Amino acid sequence: MLITRIVAAVILLVGFSIGWWVYSSEVGGTRQFRLGLDLSGGTQLTYRADLSSIQESEVADSMAALRDTIERRVNLFGVAEPIVQTEKSGVFAETREERLIVELPGVTETEEAIRLLGETPVLEFRMMKENAERGVEITPETIPLLFESAAITGRHLKSSQLQFDQGTAAIGEPVVVLNFNGEGKRVFAELTRENVGRIFGIFLDGVPISTPVIREAIPDGTAVISGSFTPESARELARNLNFGALPVPIQLIGTQTVSGTLGAEAVSRGLEAGSIGIIAVAIFMVVWYRLPGVLATFALLLYVIAILALFKLIPVTLTAAGIAAFILSIGMAVDANVLIFERMKEELESGKEATDAIHNGFARAWASIRDSNISSIITAVILFWFGTSLVKGFALVFGLGVIVSMLTAISVSRTLLFALGIGGGNRVARFLLGCGFRI
Amino acid sequence: MFIIKNRNIFFTLTGLVIFVSLASLLFFGLPLGTDFTGGILVEVRYDAVRPDASLVMSSLDTRITEYSLRDIGGNGYMLRAGNLTPESRAALQNVFSLDGAYGATIVKLTEVGPTIGAELRNKAIVALALVLCAILLFIAFAFRKVSEPVSSWMYGFIALIALLHDVIVPVGLYAAFAHFFGAQVDTLFVTAVLTILGFSVHDTIVVFDRIRENLRRNREGGKREDFEMTAGKSIGQTFVRSINTTVTVLVALITLFFFGPESTQNFSLTLIVGVVAGTYSSIALATPLLVVWEKYRARRS
Repeated sequence: MLITRIVAAVILLVGFSIGWWVYSSEVGGTRQFRLGLDLSGGTQLTYRADLSSIQESEVADSMAALRDTIERRVNLFGVAEPIVQTEKSGVFAETREERLIVELPGVTETEEAIRLLGETPVLEFRMMKENAERGVEITPETIPLLFESAAITGRHLKSSQLQFDQGTAAIGEPVVVLNFNGEGKRVFAELTRENVGRIFGIFLDGVPISTPVIREAIPDGTAVISGSFTPESARELARNLNFGALPVPIQLIGTQTVSGTLGAEAVSRGLEAGSIGIIAVAIFMVVWYRLPGVLATFALLLYVIAILALFKLIPVTLTAAGIAAFILSIGMAVDANVLIFERMKEELESGKEATDAIHNGFARAWASIRDSNISSIITAVILFWFGTSLVKGFALVFGLGVIVSMLTAISVSRTLLFALGIGGGNRVARFLLGCGFRI
Repeated sequence: MFIIKNRNIFFTLTGLVIFVSLASLLFFGLPLGTDFTGGILVEVRYDAVRPDASLVMSSLDTRITEYSLRDIGGNGYMLRAGNLTPESRAALQNVFSLDGAYGATIVKLTEVGPTIGAELRNKAIVALALVLCAILLFIAFAFRKVSEPVSSWMYGFIALIALLHDVIVPVGLYAAFAHFFGAQVDTLFVTAVLTILGFSVHDTIVVFDRIRENLRRNREGGKREDFEMTAGKSIGQTFVRSINTTVTVLVALITLFFFGPESTQNFSLTLIVGVVAGTYSSIALATPLLVVWEKYRARRS
């Protein structure tokens, strides 16, 4: 008895100190909830990578290079906590696609965001096909006919600089020198050695900028782009390339922007709905189940504290759908308690002592609680898999809510009920454990 | 017992509700939203006075050929259109502000490419099928030890019929709702339907679980009881629990509907209908069906 009471006191104490931590870390700003773009305001851009100039074995590395380049680019513009990630279209897409998803919190001007990323240069290399027709003008339409993918890609670029070519004219012509990284050096040496006499195309933003004939193997890992550069345009290109060039072109296929005010509105409405929901459910439980209802309310509060703490610790990115899942879970959290209390009541009515009734109530309700929650967990898992980020947010909170609430509803209310030590069969105990209304 | 005795009345009622829902679904259809078809969705708010819709539309006509503009109340409009060219998208701000005459803010812009939409559509269908299969398997597994007098697969199958009811009713209602209030089927709607599946099977499981327990007790106590009696008793024992759980979930959902974020209002409405349908079907459809099946089986043997 004493031990149960100590355990109960410890549970409450730990619970409410976690609650205090949740509150103070939010207000103090030491560890705030992570809000999704639809709550914090911001822009999400989804791009499709065009991998037609890339060999199959290069796909994964190119996507990684794409991500790094865009990430560097975004950081350059001082966006706080951007998220850049690659994604494969699922098995259920009609065509296989490699995608790049860029999340820019705080950027609510869609066009601004698109422009910001659109300026990243795309550097591609292609070999002219050996049987390609000579004299055909190189246009976006004829590129696939004339050129094939090359082993070297934009991701092999290490740095670039402006130089003045001393070879041709008295006044040096401005050229941009590309320096490949270690792997690139090897790949480029091999490529040039095996393809002497063929035409090598260097494309910038899809436009052929230089199409030299390979005269000899180039072992030092440099390539020169000479075009009709002015010193200024060559310098700008070199600088842009140094910030990173995309190894493949990307095409915008989805955008999502939510303004900060709309996001803040959703947060405050979500908070309000959550608080009202908790209070309303608590009132119902207390009115209907009396003493156990009060304990269930404590269990509910501890559930809310535990899940909020988990949101912060994991951390879970909260979205409007996630908030909806959380509020839904408040309603479902007491389900286990309802099952147990109904069972207890039956045991009492069959003439059992209060302590036995409590014991049996918990023991008998367990199978139902377990089975019914498993079906919700199955749904949550499938939803998480189905998910766009929106649905994933819902599924994660929903699944966590089901598991955590099952634990708190059973353990907390059980410990508290035993700690109160209602024994014997006196009428007060029966009244307190009974249910308010007879049906 | 009341429900089991009068099961034919409830079957008629259920049939009627399903008929109306299906009719609404067939008649109105489910308009697929931007998430699934691809296209653009723009919510715009005006600072002070909102220009008349006809003004905004004539401004839109210069840029976009096919679109729909919806009054979302307050001082805003919602634009829905196919995928735009980059130039048209960039011009939206100007289009809405009527070249700066009104202070307009695009508070929300979602554009989905056609390939993403198609992928999501396929995924949604697969997810729905997966959830149904997983739940059927789970129920059959959970009830594997009760095979007398009704086989455990039958519990699963009947739970599935109840689930179909729980989905058809909110989907049918949503079709009517979408028709009259201009809502569309988005990923959140699919999420709501899948959540209903997961949740409403709770109630069915609890009732079936009670039947399972009562059957075991009868067997152990050597008591012979009609399956009809056992089923009726089980409903009576779990009735209050079913109602109370539904009430607390409804309380939470109703607060979400009235006080929660705007973006989840249709979502909570769908869930409210689904939860009510789920509780109803576990009490007045699933268990009576079990009784009917048992009677049919007994007559045949």
